[in-house]
Amino acid sequence: MIGAGINRIDGPLKVTGRAVYSYERQDAGQPFYGFIRGAAIGKGKIAAIDTAEAESAPGVRLVLTHRNAPKQGAFVNKPTIFDRPHPQLTTDRIEYFGEPVAFVVADTFEQARAAAALVNLTYGREDGAFDLANHADQAEPQATLSIGLPGETRFGDLEAAMSAGPVTIDQTYTTPYHFSQPMEPHACLADWRDDHLTVYLATQTVAQNRIALAETLGLAADQVTVDAAFVGGGFGSKLYLHAEAVLAALAARKLANPVKVALTRRQVFTLTGHRPEMIHRVRLAATLDGQLTGLGHDVNLQAAVAEPWIEQAATVARSLYAAPNRLTRHSITNLDLKAAEAVRGPGELPGLLAFETAMDELAYALDIDPVELRLKNDTAIDPELGVPLNGRRLADCLREGAKRFGWDRRPKTPGSRREGDHLVGYGMAAGIRMHFQGPTGAIVRIEPDGRVIVRSDTPDIGTGTYTIAAQIAAESLGIGVDQVTVQLAHSDFPPSAGAGGSWGASNLSIALDRACQQIRNRIAEAAGLGATPNDILADVGRWFPEGVEATGQTIGQADDPNFKNYSQNTYGAAFAEVAVDIATGEVRLRRMTGVFAAGRIVNAKTARSQLMGGMIWGVSSALHEAAHVDPRYGNWVNGDLAEYLMPVHADIPAIETVLLDDYDEHANHLGIKGVGELGVCGTGAAVSNAVFNATGIRVRDFPITLSKLLSGLPPMRTAA
Amino acid sequence: MASVHTETNGPEQPTPGAAESSLTVAGEELRGTSSPKQEANRHSVQLRVNTQLHAVDLDPRTTLLDALREHLHLTGSKKGCDQGQCGACTVLVNGRRINSCLTLAVMHESDAITTVEGLGTPDRMHPMQAAFVEHDGFQCGYCTPGQICSAVAVLDEIASGVPSHVTVDLARPIALSETEIRERMSGNICRCAAYPNIIEAIRTVAGGRP
Repeated sequence: MIGAGINRIDGPLKVTGRAVYSYERQDAGQPFYGFIRGAAIGKGKIAAIDTAEAESAPGVRLVLTHRNAPKQGAFVNKPTIFDRPHPQLTTDRIEYFGEPVAFVVADTFEQARAAAALVNLTYGREDGAFDLANHADQAEPQATLSIGLPGETRFGDLEAAMSAGPVTIDQTYTTPYHFSQPMEPHACLADWRDDHLTVYLATQTVAQNRIALAETLGLAADQVTVDAAFVGGGFGSKLYLHAEAVLAALAARKLANPVKVALTRRQVFTLTGHRPEMIHRVRLAATLDGQLTGLGHDVNLQAAVAEPWIEQAATVARSLYAAPNRLTRHSITNLDLKAAEAVRGPGELPGLLAFETAMDELAYALDIDPVELRLKNDTAIDPELGVPLNGRRLADCLREGAKRFGWDRRPKTPGSRREGDHLVGYGMAAGIRMHFQGPTGAIVRIEPDGRVIVRSDTPDIGTGTYTIAAQIAAESLGIGVDQVTVQLAHSDFPPSAGAGGSWGASNLSIALDRACQQIRNRIAEAAGLGATPNDILADVGRWFPEGVEATGQTIGQADDPNFKNYSQNTYGAAFAEVAVDIATGEVRLRRMTGVFAAGRIVNAKTARSQLMGGMIWGVSSALHEAAHVDPRYGNWVNGDLAEYLMPVHADIPAIETVLLDDYDEHANHLGIKGVGELGVCGTGAAVSNAVFNATGIRVRDFPITLSKLLSGLPPMRTAA
Repeated sequence: MASVHTETNGPEQPTPGAAESSLTVAGEELRGTSSPKQEANRHSVQLRVNTQLHAVDLDPRTTLLDALREHLHLTGSKKGCDQGQCGACTVLVNGRRINSCLTLAVMHESDAITTVEGLGTPDRMHPMQAAFVEHDGFQCGYCTPGQICSAVAVLDEIASGVPSHVTVDLARPIALSETEIRERMSGNICRCAAYPNIIEAIRTVAGGRP
């Protein structure tokens, strides 16, 4: 059952519109509607606020501002990140553009929205620092990254290696602000009754958001229930507690009536976190035959000092290639923008976009095949941690990808292949993604009639978790998938580390398998047998008239020797062909191949889909996505789905996504790792490198938009 | 009646320049002709949704999408952006696809509206719904009802000769190519990026294959 590419068990609900997402829940009865009014300045204070007109507008039940908002728990910058309290409307200070200044609750959505516009505000605007480039000299080095890794690593003498050469690359790359932008806006329906708060919440982390909400509202955790049965995507942005949940809860308590609120799409830009803009300096030194003697990656990224998110972008080089002299460093530049957050592929997406583009530059400087260069610097031992790289199959990914893609037909000279008015190029890049493990529980119950129920608070945010949980339980218990009922994402169920970080599948599978083994032991004991034959499950009522259940637990990586004895990663290689229109500079992706090694795959169909989606995110990082800040006012100038460009159908051809047959015995007893972010790793650089191969123009300021290519393109042929 | 004029980029994205020059306020320009009044304006409309007739009493500013979701509790049609940029709200009105967030419910008296719920049920899926499941044409599922409604309409548009931006020859029947399907589906954004699988699903249905 493990590995089978079965259809999603929640698929029929989703395709027929019967999967009910948080804002749509009817469980609490008719709710009031909330609408958030955001600040129109980027920094300063509210000089005056007049809510009288809003309060007298039709249907309005409540207008909350900093003057009447209930006292809340203070923000605490906890290292656990996702369980931080986030109080709202606490002061007259404005720290970022769009910050909530009023919350209007009315009988209908239309009334709440209209009344929110009637709140009259006068601001005292202050100058702020809004652009990274002009404040980059204020960067502060960071000793520790948000995920706990060291901010700086240093081995040997990189400067000396750069001086010695003989071939070196020293280039600066910029990667822009990105947003997760899941299709379901962040939303919450809050229901207060009998001193208990139930939130139907679009979240990736149930247990953590429960704590965050409880601490914000001054409640005990057991006074809060979180339910996230269906979540319309997250990509990092639903790991955190945001304004909509807190405001809905405050209003529901005050009004003794359920309140629901969804962010508008523009508010998804202002009120959820972005990936910080980054300036990368990558340095490489190599011998003439392509052996790396030194590598360095310095990253300077935007942060809000009150809640810094120090994305691990310079860590990608730490385990990827051997080289005696190494230096990776992170620093942050404080700007008056909202706190940045994890966006899919934190660290790897921008880090590999820069680093693997630099590796391509080195390959051309050396006149060595880019695949060959990477194979030459492959390593079985982590160059910085000194322990084996378990499941290191980078070379397999590179060779398999090159073969499938037809890499041997690549144009060797950049700008040399012309088809009519198009320049055609091939590019490739390697990918690596750290594998993590977080504490996760699961419970398995067998009813007296043999029905099996599986429960965990891990949400399925599109990751296929409902389906793979059924597959793991079916395999462990020797039954059919259709005999398993999976219930997820409720705070009454055993807490998990959440859906994010590519760890949901492995965390949950390990815990679930252990729970299933437990239950088999208990049945065997009760039946006086040495082991539990599969067919006995239907008869558990004989020994357990009330049914039987058992829990299983996955421990955090800090307590797991596997994570000390090995350097845990997943691997990939991506190959892309692009055509660049010489008249317009438009880059079209023609085809792409990705080959991945991610341990044992639980569901071949859903894993492939997730990797394919990740590859498209990679394409997008190379060609499409960038959020732009107005440096005068600190607002997102392209904060909607028409202006923040994400790939659409017409941008994406068929994409070959290949999973190597893999099993990583050093990851866990099931051999499973994860695929959620691996698809974004290196795939952007493959496209970026293909654009160089097509045009001979190296763009180091991402994304590669038309204007960055136009001046370097050859003239069109005049009609014969 | 609430005569407040609201705009999609109104309260949450006021003109930054205004904040700088006058210290006034976004609310100012948006206030329109409103005066202090407590009465909510209501309007009755008959909506024919999935062949069933519903009498709805609603605020005339209610979009068709919100009428479906909040009044009829047909939450299959999704609100992704509420400004016609993502396609998650796509429904069929008199057989043609529209963004239901960009039209008011009161404009659809007596129109025949089909939502994703009307195409099929979990036990009796429409062929397009079944193909999406089989080809894994979705992950989180939030854009999916819009993709499916769009896909059903796209095949009809191609069959009935409605040209698109990429149609080469307007005089001939339109070829059911991947380029045509991709172009016509481009108003439906999928952030999970299930695009290649969605195209597979649509091609399967178009080709009459299971």
